[in-house]
Amino acid sequence: MYSRQFLEELYRTVYTIRVFETECIKLYRQGLIIGYFHPYLGEEAIATGVCAALRKDDYIVSTHRGHGHCIARGGELKKMVAEVLGREAGYCRGRGGSMHIADLKTGNIGANGIVGAGIPIGVGAGLGIYVRGGDQVVAIFFSDGACNNGVFAESLNLAAIWDLPVVFVLENNQYAVSSPIEEMSRIPDLHRRAEGYGVAAYAVDGNDVLAVYEKTTEAIEACRSGKGPVMVEAKTYRHGGHHVNDPGLYMPEERLEYYKARDPVKLAREHLAAQGQCSECDITTIEQQVLEAMEQAVEYAKDCPAPSVEEFLKEVEQN
Amino acid sequence: MSEDKGRPGASGVRQLKYREALNEALREELRRDESVFVIGGGIGQRGGSYKVTVGLLDEFGPRRIIDAPIAEASFTGAGVGAAITGMRPVVEILFVDFTSLIIDQIVNQAAKYRFMSGGKGRVPMVLRTQGGSGNGLAAQHSQSLEAWYYHVPGLKVVMPSTAHDAKGLLKSAIRDDDPVIFIEHKLLYMTEGPVPQDEYTVELGVGDIKRGGSDVTIVAWSNMVPRVLSAAEKLAARRIEAEVIDPRTLVPLDKQLILESVKRTEHLVIVQEAVRRGGVASDIASIVQAEAFDYLDAPIEIVAGKNTPIPFNVQLEKACVPQEADIIEAVQRVLHL
Ligand SMILES: Cc1ncc(C[n+]2csc(CCOP(=O)(O)OP(=O)(O)O)c2C)c(N)n1
Ligand SMILES: [Mg+2]
Repeated sequence: MYSRQFLEELYRTVYTIRVFETECIKLYRQGLIIGYFHPYLGEEAIATGVCAALRKDDYIVSTHRGHGHCIARGGELKKMVAEVLGREAGYCRGRGGSMHIADLKTGNIGANGIVGAGIPIGVGAGLGIYVRGGDQVVAIFFSDGACNNGVFAESLNLAAIWDLPVVFVLENNQYAVSSPIEEMSRIPDLHRRAEGYGVAAYAVDGNDVLAVYEKTTEAIEACRSGKGPVMVEAKTYRHGGHHVNDPGLYMPEERLEYYKARDPVKLAREHLAAQGQCSECDITTIEQQVLEAMEQAVEYAKDCPAPSVEEFLKEVEQN
Repeated sequence: MSEDKGRPGASGVRQLKYREALNEALREELRRDESVFVIGGGIGQRGGSYKVTVGLLDEFGPRRIIDAPIAEASFTGAGVGAAITGMRPVVEILFVDFTSLIIDQIVNQAAKYRFMSGGKGRVPMVLRTQGGSGNGLAAQHSQSLEAWYYHVPGLKVVMPSTAHDAKGLLKSAIRDDDPVIFIEHKLLYMTEGPVPQDEYTVELGVGDIKRGGSDVTIVAWSNMVPRVLSAAEKLAARRIEAEVIDPRTLVPLDKQLILESVKRTEHLVIVQEAVRRGGVASDIASIVQAEAFDYLDAPIEIVAGKNTPIPFNVQLEKACVPQEADIIEAVQRVLHL
């Protein structure tokens, strides 16, 4: 049994990610956000469950679909919104954008625009821990598409032969853009590949935040005690297309309905109500608080100045 | 099937988008030659991120229009291997930024195979990719990396600026017996231009005078060409006539066309979107100063991208890439105005 407080925290995080993405999509439609924007809608339980199992001094490595990871690690909404709006007050001073948010304060090594590129970087953070000593761990987030890139295989092997404290968190949302995993891999249960490298692997329902939390906790314990890397494959499904401008028409209706019925926000809410004995009224209060925090973040960010071009050009002179 | 300028008004000329012209080139070559096939990420059903391969899967089937996983190094290597053994693959890498992942197959394998085999082997492969900034896609999706490939002996480098050139050059690239790096520009896909109805090709290594003029020569390629042409119109209003030369292919480079123009105008401005340091513009400048020094009336001006990763914020993004005003200023400087 989990405490009400813990379940509240999980729900707050899951819901915050949902609200962040939903509100940012509105800003995108208003033309205030430009460029690529990959929503984490439908996958909220994975970042939330994994990060709840991590310690403050641990690391995570994120992806192009990285807002959820950043929030679950305790990232600041204000700085995130300011960044996606391209403002000086943003995480990357308006220079990085949605795909490049990093937050070293929360151990978030960063999102990445190159699919798979974060995997060896996470292994490197693990290697640093191994060389330094200590019992930190690294959670590396990546999706099914990245598993078909060479860096996945090489990284898995490196982490395995050096017993690195790395949890490979495979967010299998079953698509790489529009390519279904069944067409890109003979074995769509991708965690089965781990065995070939001598890496322990679990599959878990990626839409259930408690299931993710429990499996990741086990994995992290193994890592911390020096047993080497673990893979957790969390199966899930995007609630829409690959990015905001992709209607995702190739996603079969029934499949999408199935996963929407198992909506991670809904499941986390049910856990909070049932196990946490939280009343509908109290849950609504949490939701209100989250909505207000997001509203404030958007207002704050909209008022923030854009980066100064002159200052930027001065910095560039040094390059 | 000779070169046709496709100027408006010529018979059998339509207006096509750059991406449609590329699509036609692929379609015609796939029909003409059974050994041509296309491989890349999301190019089949989805028709490519920029819609260049739309409809090809329906016409040519999954054996020749191949959707690959995100395994760039290996599917490019597969292209090299297929090319060596008699096929003519067109490999698509979504962003030139991602070609960093395939550089061994391009630089150590494809570029050198012919040479290392004592001239017996051939790699008739085209690498289609897309670069440039201007859409707020930030540091890993906005680069101009032609200098990397320009630098490597054994590769040809093509960078079309118009729908007409895109089609004719892609057809030539596919028929070429050596590896060709074909770099499109994300801001050009939706631009329209005249394209002849009849089949034609554009020879690799032949530049094009996009606008005649006698006061100054401006060399530019890819998306800098429309920008330079627009600057040239503004200059014309001030009675400065710029000659705009688009080499179209950086390797081989039509240096004769550039030299002849410089000898007439005695002033040269080179405009590139890529960062200044180690760029193709510097190399063209060195060629011109070595071969036409006595004709130059002023030091060569280079207008180039700033030495920085491309920022996300649009205003900053603009500030690092040559704009019309920068081009006009450079022309004024070179003419001592
Ligand atoms: C090396 C590389 N190849 C291609 C792309 C273009 N791209 C961006 S996201 C994406 C799909 C990634 O799929 P997956 O790893 O499953 O992540 P998901 O989008 O499902 O979270 C692709 C192909 C890229 N960014 N980097
Ligand atoms: Mg995926």
